[in-house]
Amino acid sequence: MTTREHEIEVQELDRVTIRFAGDSGDGMQVTGSQFSQAAAVFGNDISTLPDYPAEIRAPAGSLPGVSGFQISFSSSEIHTPGDRPDVLVAMNPAALKSNLGDLVPGGAIIVNADAFTPTNLAKAGYANSPLDDGSLSAYNVHEIPVTTLNARALEGLEMTSKQVDLTRNFFALGVMFFLFERSMEPTFRWLEEKYAKRPIFIEANRRALSAGYAFGETTEIFHTTYRVAPANLAPGTYRNITGNEATALGLLTASQLAERPLFYSSYPITPASEILHQLSLYKNFGLKTFQAEDEIAAIGAAIGASYGGGLGMTGTSGPGMALKTEMLGLAVMVELPLVVVDVQRGGPSTGLPTKTEQGDLFQALFGRNSDSPVPVVAPATPSECFAFAVEAWRLALRHMTPVVYLSDAFLATGSEPWRIPTTDELPDLRVPSRTDPEGFYPYMRDPETLARPWVVPGTPGLEHRVGGLEKLDVLGTVSYDPDNHHRMMMLRAEKVARIARDIPPLEVFGPPEGDLLILSWGSTYGAIRSAVESLQQRGKSIAHAQLRYLNPFPENTGDVVRAYKRVLIPEVNMGQLLLVIRAKYLVDAQGFNLVRCKPFQISEIQTKAEHVLGDL
Amino acid sequence: MSDNETQAAALADAGPIVLTKKDFVSDVDPRWCPGCGDYSILAQAQKVMPDFGYARENIVFISGIGCSGRFPYYMNTYGFHSIHGRAPTLATGLKASRPELMVWVITGDGDALSIGGNHILHSMRKNVDIKVVMFNNRIYGLTKGQVSPTSAYGQKTKSTPGGSVNYPIHPLVVALAAEASFVARSVDTFPEHLQETITRAGFHKGSTFVEILQNCNIFNDGAHREFTERDVRDDRMLFLKHGEPMIFGKDRDRGIRLNGVRPEVVRLGNGITEKDLIVHDESSEDSTIHFMLGRIYWPEFPVPIGVIRNVPRTTHDALLQGQIDDAIRREGHGDLAKTLAGGETWTVGG
Ligand SMILES: Cc1ncc(C[n+]2csc(CCOP(=O)(O)OP(=O)(O)O)c2C)c(N)n1
Ligand code: SF4
Ligand SMILES: [Mg+2]
Repeated sequence: MTTREHEIEVQELDRVTIRFAGDSGDGMQVTGSQFSQAAAVFGNDISTLPDYPAEIRAPAGSLPGVSGFQISFSSSEIHTPGDRPDVLVAMNPAALKSNLGDLVPGGAIIVNADAFTPTNLAKAGYANSPLDDGSLSAYNVHEIPVTTLNARALEGLEMTSKQVDLTRNFFALGVMFFLFERSMEPTFRWLEEKYAKRPIFIEANRRALSAGYAFGETTEIFHTTYRVAPANLAPGTYRNITGNEATALGLLTASQLAERPLFYSSYPITPASEILHQLSLYKNFGLKTFQAEDEIAAIGAAIGASYGGGLGMTGTSGPGMALKTEMLGLAVMVELPLVVVDVQRGGPSTGLPTKTEQGDLFQALFGRNSDSPVPVVAPATPSECFAFAVEAWRLALRHMTPVVYLSDAFLATGSEPWRIPTTDELPDLRVPSRTDPEGFYPYMRDPETLARPWVVPGTPGLEHRVGGLEKLDVLGTVSYDPDNHHRMMMLRAEKVARIARDIPPLEVFGPPEGDLLILSWGSTYGAIRSAVESLQQRGKSIAHAQLRYLNPFPENTGDVVRAYKRVLIPEVNMGQLLLVIRAKYLVDAQGFNLVRCKPFQISEIQTKAEHVLGDL
Repeated sequence: MSDNETQAAALADAGPIVLTKKDFVSDVDPRWCPGCGDYSILAQAQKVMPDFGYARENIVFISGIGCSGRFPYYMNTYGFHSIHGRAPTLATGLKASRPELMVWVITGDGDALSIGGNHILHSMRKNVDIKVVMFNNRIYGLTKGQVSPTSAYGQKTKSTPGGSVNYPIHPLVVALAAEASFVARSVDTFPEHLQETITRAGFHKGSTFVEILQNCNIFNDGAHREFTERDVRDDRMLFLKHGEPMIFGKDRDRGIRLNGVRPEVVRLGNGITEKDLIVHDESSEDSTIHFMLGRIYWPEFPVPIGVIRNVPRTTHDALLQGQIDDAIRREGHGDLAKTLAGGETWTVGG
């Protein structure tokens, strides 16, 4: 390391939240994920939230073109990417303007001063430069001529000036590595792998990163660096993982555990496409991925694969889910295992493709013609996506039913450390196919689960026909008999209802009874858990329960929601779980519904909870 | 061994399979209207099914919705009566994951070309090894007589009492445009021709589209009669034979030749000989003439029947498997523990 020419103080912090913001061409997502990786490898607990524009190429320097990445890292366990950043890295005026409002009072701002040109200022709608007019006096502003310094560091490399400028995000990253005492090694390794075929880019980015680091060290701009000690996580081997990565790995794992081939078919749609991309890389597991002509074909092909004895699965987001409706009904009728992944995004219609929402619960539960019961599961955090992808398959296989798995844009793109399970921690998902013709009928049922036998084409002596027409109980021939139809409706409902016996009870965090229960599902978990933790520390009678099974509900759900004076259900929708809970358990639960394309903040939940408690 | 491997091995051990038509007749009685053309199609299919050498359990019929959609119930094989227009999607997923099965798709003109048009296009272009058999009665039968994508312009139906204002689609042109590797046409009332066509379709490896002109005697009786009746068919239809000139007529005295880029009907004689006629080449990679055959129709031209196109192309399932084999050769068999621990990891001590 270079010797320092000035004294630098080290300050210990428990938790820091940084937001990297720049033009969508500035590489902010890469910068953010590299910082996250470094923090995770160092042993902090982390939680991240990318926020990128829906338009891939909004005009450079414009407000709609701003892309952001927030990371919170901590020396203790955290559940959210932080309400508001402590540090804002702004690569241009538009990035400063659109993110300044979120920064904590007195927070630090690091700007690329070179980008504050009259043109860029005008594009961001600034009449005067905020760097000069005193409007930032409440913050701790560090102006760094990143573009110039970076270009100097890369002098002599055979690159166009445009290519050189594309590395300036790494200069900024280097500064942050210095400020937060992070090692550059993981990023160096990543560069080696990523640009194995373009060594000049390895060199360029290396130089940019190191120059940024050295700049922090040698100039007198910073007088303090910050230390966030490693968190006390459970023992094990960890990696940093996004929800979509965890989902893809979970689906892969399910097929390995079931010892049946995986067939994933999908039609590209934000924010679910990464699952297709990632699974497509695992061909050496013998799995098949299929980009279908539309979402209907995608689920149809998956049903075809399951009919053939494989693990047919499909992934999509809200609009695609709407298209799959009729096929999902078919899967209910033919009672074949299937997993449908819905990575929810803002709606209705095309809505807000890159933004998060919990809007598809009704669609998952009820979005089909007639009564068409489908089990629904929903992971709470990015890393939990792994376990729940496996769990969705466990239920589908054991109960011979399609299962809907609800993730969302926040889980899908957010990341956190994941303790990698060892193979012996994973469940056995093997189920037999029926091969014995003796006494066989297509709609005979397992007395315990009511699952019908899985008979795959190719099995001699068991040739039979299935389809969407109502079937005669047991025999499975087409039946128009009214009493039989009623009986089959009851059987389909009962089959799904019995899954409640096969899932864990609803766990309560906090007192088993008391003033207030906050009930949640999906990605609101983090903010709610954090808010409840802090209210409990302040002596409030408050508990939190997270529903990970939305159909059927865990058997004790009614008892849990009836044990508190008030029940609050925050959701990033207009009150979908709320309606179901009220209807099913006749409790006067109240909703807390903010549909602003972003997750709740801890403080919002806290304020709301205090308000409800105050009314008691 | 996986289930699939066990079955494949059992198949190999069993030696040649000897089955008869009766083996393919299920215990469900067909319930089409008396006189419906679907009966004949069923009978011819059951008759040729033993010829393929597949055990019953390795044959799957998948259908959409329509009168034609009932077909699988009557075949004593595996069967899946799916939803309207979507049978090719299930067939694609099944064939991709179980390449050793023989997969048939039974569909109607509305099922295949209206609601399911997209799936026909893409299953054909991907050369999915499925045999699509479309019963073309030029009407919606099951829903009792509405206009279909193949109904004639001006046709009066329940939904078009003033006559259809839509121009009909040419199904074989759609199949060709979608790059189907096997395209053929036959007629419900021509048993031998139908048997031969189904047989050839069954032996083709790749995307197969067969249009069967089918009579719906209830809602569109006689839709094809003008050229299929016994006494006129030789004059009004062109029976295609690979490698032979396109000759037709009871007296084999007429043919099709190209005038510039346009086909025309000519009478042989007066200096016009067989040599002037187009020679049918079903296996030509260039599909220009195949498109022409898919497009020409009565009354301007005789209606071509038989195999129009038949080209070898690697199937979708083989290509998928090829990528898997390559990946395994390159990277070895996937190792779950290694994959889970992919990327940068760190360890927290206990
Ligand atoms: C989604 C959906 N829409 C509409 C229907 C009603 N429907 C059933 S069959 C059919 C048309 C069938 O026509 P075609 O494919 O020509 O078959 P045919 O009965 O003539 O053999 C329609 C519209 C349906 N079953 N499902
Ligand atoms: S309605 Fe027409 S196509 Fe349908 S069964 Fe009757 S005759 Fe056949
Ligand atoms: Mg029809």
